[in-house]
Amino acid sequence: MSLMPSTLFDKVWDAHVVRKIEDGPDVFFIDRHFIHEVTSPVAFLGLESRGLKVMYPEHTFATADHNTPTINQHLPVADPLSANQLKALEQNSAKYGISHWGLGNPKNGIVHVVGPENGITLPGMTIVCGDSHTSTHGAFGAIAFGIGTSEVEMVLSSQCIMQPKPLKMRINVTGSLGKAVTPKDVTLYIISKLTTSGATGYFVEYAGDVFEKMSMEGRMTVCNMSIEMGARGGMIAPDETTFAYINGRELAPKGAAWDKALAYWKTLSTDAGAKFDAEYNFDAADIEPMITYGTNPGMGMGISKSIPKGVDLKGGTATYEKSLAYMGFEEKEQMIGKKVDFVFIGSCTNGRIEDFRAFASIIKGRKKAEHVTAWIVPGSHIVEAQIKEEGILDILTEAGFLLRQPGCSACLAMNDDKVPAGKYAVSTSNRNFEGRQGPGSRTMLASPLVAAAAAVTGFVADPRELM
Amino acid sequence: MSYDKFTTLTSSAVPLPIENVDTDQIIPARFLKATKREAFGDNLFRDWRYNTDDSPKKDFVLNNPIYTGKILVGGNNFGSGSSREHAAWAIYDYGFRCVVSSFFADIFKNNAINMGILPVQVSPEFLTQIFSAIELDPHTKIEVSLPNQKITILTTGASESFEMNGYKKNNLINGFDDIDYLQAMKSEISAFAAARAV
Repeated sequence: MSLMPSTLFDKVWDAHVVRKIEDGPDVFFIDRHFIHEVTSPVAFLGLESRGLKVMYPEHTFATADHNTPTINQHLPVADPLSANQLKALEQNSAKYGISHWGLGNPKNGIVHVVGPENGITLPGMTIVCGDSHTSTHGAFGAIAFGIGTSEVEMVLSSQCIMQPKPLKMRINVTGSLGKAVTPKDVTLYIISKLTTSGATGYFVEYAGDVFEKMSMEGRMTVCNMSIEMGARGGMIAPDETTFAYINGRELAPKGAAWDKALAYWKTLSTDAGAKFDAEYNFDAADIEPMITYGTNPGMGMGISKSIPKGVDLKGGTATYEKSLAYMGFEEKEQMIGKKVDFVFIGSCTNGRIEDFRAFASIIKGRKKAEHVTAWIVPGSHIVEAQIKEEGILDILTEAGFLLRQPGCSACLAMNDDKVPAGKYAVSTSNRNFEGRQGPGSRTMLASPLVAAAAAVTGFVADPRELM
Repeated sequence: MSYDKFTTLTSSAVPLPIENVDTDQIIPARFLKATKREAFGDNLFRDWRYNTDDSPKKDFVLNNPIYTGKILVGGNNFGSGSSREHAAWAIYDYGFRCVVSSFFADIFKNNAINMGILPVQVSPEFLTQIFSAIELDPHTKIEVSLPNQKITILTTGASESFEMNGYKKNNLINGFDDIDYLQAMKSEISAFAAARAV
């Protein structure tokens, strides 16, 4: 034990350094490795060409999510390329003895939803996946981040990656959140303040009573979006909310192992006086329901505000103007009242039960706007079952919505859930990049409440007026 | 996958003065369905480069034959977004061996190095100088020396040094990779894992 006060991040990072390389990265040990069909096949090919084995297959978990269809999952996957990737994941998992939750498996779903809900994600762990939203798992006080396929191959073959230690940032949000202000709004607000690259090179700890009072689902939404301001990941110190969420989940420790783990988890917090390389403070009262108007997640604003003028922002106005032209928006326009063609609720950002409860709270007793196409996509079969058990499905059906089957879906539109060129989508996902939801698609990121308001009115609308 | 050695590269460059170029622009998700690392260069910057009928967009720089070379020069915050290594594969497969910008997203930078592409981070002022030099003369040669960690605009003589940690530099110069390094320390990793026993 060092006498110097240290951060939560330092405690977890330092416990996983196998070797420090002088003037180089740390050899960093990985506790849990998730793989999916898109970023793993080439890593397995690499293993084969080198004649290497998977060192600890029990520490890697495979799930199919990125290009799975969200209807008729019992039928063969129609797109031959997607089918081929799904088959490769299944075969590679079988060959190397890796647990695989493929299509049709009751545990299948989006990797960052199924990891936590099955008790695989635990505090103090290091968790990686060939997917940038691996930062989600930081909600449990884990160091979790996305890696490239070469690094997937490293983890498979040696359970380690080579990683320079990032700088440390703390973001404090204190006070009480206003009406209809959700964790998604908190993160979109932070990103709008820091910009899409403002936390690059850093690992973030979120602190303050806003996060202390937040549910695990909400904390996952916040940590999920850390990458959208460039941070490798974000984490929140584990507490009673965390422990209560984990307790009893299928793969979580039980009995004596639970007691031992719990004692360790309780040491995982930042000591008073520990130093960060950067620190930001925000007041919860300044945050209103958010929406994005541009083509990166930093281009967000309070829903009642007007689109800012490019000259008032950091960065080049040429790129700003290109972005607004793509969206078909003008500086100083209101977002409220813009026509919406598509609504997507789901993804590793907002595809958990709490998100569907929020969505249902607004659509209950209302009808889907006729001109809106809505994709309601649970993050996993477990979430899907909860939606049915809690009567949310009945509310959806009555309002004219169809519940689809789990997967990444329209977040990145690798399957058939694509927004057509020029059409506007209010989406609870994480990225509004050009073409993200289909070539030419125009995405406005928002919370499940704002998505619900758009789904029933057909326009960008303030959810506070519907509650 | 071991890669080409990188020492000194002298080449003309392709300018892309757009900020926040994200990996969805470098390679859109719908082109990530291959199970082999082949032919990703065909879809590099797909939606900026081609119309929906697959005809080339005349105003995009990769469709302008004046601009060629093994160096891609991008605006600030290059490679943000997804962790897809396919972005680095597409850039490599197209023929680039070096990307220059005033700022890179972390995961992209790692992926590029792991692919044998050198990411060179320069000051915003030097980036502007490079764009100006290329605008003045599209055939402007740029020299990137990894051993000296120095980038020079050969038409103007302006140069700047860049950062690269000693470990990665040695890997790139010699064509070593991280997997070789990790395989050589497997027993140390086993001992570490046994002591942790998570």
